[in-house]
Amino acid sequence: MEFDATVSRRDVLKGSGALVVAVVAPRALSQAPAGDGQQGPFWRELSPAQLDTYLAIDEQGLVTAYFGKMDMGQGVDLSIAQIVAEELHMALDDVAVVMGDTALTVNQGGASGSTGLEQGAKPLRNAAAEARRVLSELGARHLGLLMSQVGSQGGAVYALDDPTQRVSYGELLGGQHFDVKLEWNGRFGNTLDARGRETPKPSSIYETVGKPFQRRDLPGIVMGTRDYIVDVRLPGMLHGRVVRPPVAGSVPANFDSDSIAHIPGARVVHEGDYLGVVAEREWDAIKAARELDVTWTDVDAPFPEMASLYDHIREAPVVRESAGGGRAADVAPDLESFDAALARANRVIEAEYEFPFQSHASMAPACAVCDFRGDHAILWTGSQKPHYAAQGVAQLLGLPVENVRGIWVPGPGSYGRNDAGDAAMDAALMSKAAGRPVRVQGMRDEGSGWDPKGPASIHHVRASFDAAGNVTAYCFRSKGFSAGDTESNESNPSHTYAGMLTGWPDASVQRFNNPGDRYEFPNKVQYWQTIAPLLGRASPLRTAHLRDPLGPQIHFASESFVDEMAHAVNTDPIEFRLRYLEEQRDADVLRAAAERYAWQPRVAATREIRSGDVATGRGVAYTRRNNSVVAVIAEVDVNLRTGRVWPRRFVVAADQGIVVNPLWLRRTLEGNVIHGMSRTLHEEVRFSRERVTSIDWLSYPILEMADAPEEIDIVLVNRPELPPYGAGEPSTRTITPAIANAIFDATGVRLRRAPFTAERMLEALEAAAT
Amino acid sequence: MALITLSVDGESHTFDAEPDMPLLYALRDHLALKNPRFGCGLAQCGACTVLMDGQPIRSCVMPVAAVTGELTTLGGLAVNGTPHVVQQAFIDEQVPFCGYCVSGWVLYAVALLERDPAPSDEAIRAAFAGLKCRCGAHSAILRAVNRAAGELQRA
Repeated sequence: MEFDATVSRRDVLKGSGALVVAVVAPRALSQAPAGDGQQGPFWRELSPAQLDTYLAIDEQGLVTAYFGKMDMGQGVDLSIAQIVAEELHMALDDVAVVMGDTALTVNQGGASGSTGLEQGAKPLRNAAAEARRVLSELGARHLGLLMSQVGSQGGAVYALDDPTQRVSYGELLGGQHFDVKLEWNGRFGNTLDARGRETPKPSSIYETVGKPFQRRDLPGIVMGTRDYIVDVRLPGMLHGRVVRPPVAGSVPANFDSDSIAHIPGARVVHEGDYLGVVAEREWDAIKAARELDVTWTDVDAPFPEMASLYDHIREAPVVRESAGGGRAADVAPDLESFDAALARANRVIEAEYEFPFQSHASMAPACAVCDFRGDHAILWTGSQKPHYAAQGVAQLLGLPVENVRGIWVPGPGSYGRNDAGDAAMDAALMSKAAGRPVRVQGMRDEGSGWDPKGPASIHHVRASFDAAGNVTAYCFRSKGFSAGDTESNESNPSHTYAGMLTGWPDASVQRFNNPGDRYEFPNKVQYWQTIAPLLGRASPLRTAHLRDPLGPQIHFASESFVDEMAHAVNTDPIEFRLRYLEEQRDADVLRAAAERYAWQPRVAATREIRSGDVATGRGVAYTRRNNSVVAVIAEVDVNLRTGRVWPRRFVVAADQGIVVNPLWLRRTLEGNVIHGMSRTLHEEVRFSRERVTSIDWLSYPILEMADAPEEIDIVLVNRPELPPYGAGEPSTRTITPAIANAIFDATGVRLRRAPFTAERMLEALEAAAT
Repeated sequence: MALITLSVDGESHTFDAEPDMPLLYALRDHLALKNPRFGCGLAQCGACTVLMDGQPIRSCVMPVAAVTGELTTLGGLAVNGTPHVVQQAFIDEQVPFCGYCVSGWVLYAVALLERDPAPSDEAIRAAFAGLKCRCGAHSAILRAVNRAAGELQRA
């Protein structure tokens, strides 16, 4: 994969006030960088208030949309293309999407919080609508007609009373660029929005949005021609490897460079407490990292025994407590009215749930390439947030942010803030030290053992009922490690492994979250407490966002407990939920799932035997995350002899607002089900007192084909009157509780600690039998 | 160092390398091929899979000097630009998410259908034991293999 490092289109973006300025080279993909490197900026900032920032049309009339987020394999860019094509009345094939390059796209926050369409599509849709207006105006002028006398179709403007009179977008604008101001909301990141004078089309006349188009990058992937981050090769590029300590928290006291002198070109990179090696060939870098003789500082073992993790959480002092959002000011939980209601109650139930540390465990350890050239640098990264990663690299290298360009190249999967955010800094640090471009890739143990983790937590829930079985009070309390040891925004080196070891100050934050549901329980309290990390700096158990951050652990507890509440009052679990869900969208989704499953109301725990040793049950879970509503029903087999838990069938009902691409919405939901299954059945980061011991696929097992369900049946509750809502993550959180509830239905045994391994299931069955 | 000769996707390559270096690094670093890819280096995931005389091997643990047969990579499956029936099925079923792991799944499916053109669900699942996909494409992979098997039977 060869790159032209001088790519920039910024020079053509300076407007002169005219509607459209005739400038040759529309996207200027051959333009030199803006600065001479002496004063900077090296790459000029794109303006979010310019139509041309989002759209370009070439001589053939082909449109390129510049998208400041990116797709992590769920077809977001395809949906963006559909939305742009829709507004411009064009064929989808004539719309390309460029994403993830900081020199070509504005910072729309990267892949983040399932906002790709919910937030990210807004400025693109508005820009395309405005472009349609501008092109219609130009077309009308060209045809000698009034705006009201023309329409647009198939990438052309035509006369309404004589469609043979037409002029294509390419003829109107090809070789020029839009110079049209947009009204920008002044924000960068996820909430960036901009709009022109024209209103986007109503969904009632959509033709391209809502159709099941196929992803256009898939043939390249399957034929083996698509580039990944690991394929970036630069002239003079070295291969780097990080050298990690044998005991978490220890740092190099001394090292012997001579110990790798026999390896061709191998050199040590050492800055602060950070240690790495570089070599001309990758295999030599790997050998050098293994063979470098390092004396590490003696440190106390930083972790508790793994078996006492949950006791540690239970007993640890609370650092922060709030009933509000993790990023908002503290809100004190209203326990007074809850306690009072509890005191009057006819019946009280309570339960506690435990969820382990989990790893992103991407298909490969992260890779990044950085080319530091003194006054500027280029970063190639698989990170979800190349704009922020480039800002972070600029800080680390001591460069103005305009002098670092980030280029996203697809990586080995990304499910939040995984190790890609660390690799970007590793490559930058090593490139600066070596004076050459450096490609860094970890080994397997670094992808599972050293990536930031989803935090471990416990959740205590209580509810009370009156004599008639009505809920009178409800209290949900989470206590766990903060999700914010490592912020997902990578613009601060403090949040990276390399930054932590080279003197960047602690910038961790304390935050957690509450269940996302709309149950109208009286005297309902939800709050959370965080505790201090086990090891503050450069810890292999440092926490960060992992797909549907905090969702799986919190909803394992909240949706399991709602089932326990239903069972306590001898009520069908769906009927019980509907009793307390007052909003139409929530109830509709739950009913849609029940209908597709052919759910017959009954009280759970029938202990039905499918055949022989296999019991079978069904379980439901519902969630609302932001504006997305999901309900899942799992049908689960439990082998009473071996303990094997096998979810064989799922029904997923989802209201994601308007459906932009039903094919890839279905695929996305299906992927979330299987990803969620893996985390439910198998995943738990293991550690000793000294280190993380989940270092490969044997010590951090994930779901394999033998466990794949027979059927995942998806019901899309389409809401054409609503905008598209995020689908990338929310369904993930429903999987653990749906399976737990189905296990209870099958066996009468309630699992309150994840994951549900065969061993743990068997232990619970045996405990229940005695 | 030793003089190594490899036949990859119908072309012969000769270069100097350490005999115990894994084949993966020869393919990627010496031959500049884009796939297979490194996933674990431990033969636990399949992202590095290539075919040797039609049988899948994990190039991340195979010493380069131990290679004795003709190698085929994912990129070498197509004939005159036409995708292999398994590749076409993976496209038609829209299988990959990130796609990083795809070499293993496609090449193991090719080898499976070569020896069993009408595999049972059980046989398909067994053939894929030891392969990983972190994004959760498993259901789509099963659909794709069944589709490819159907195509082969029609052919």
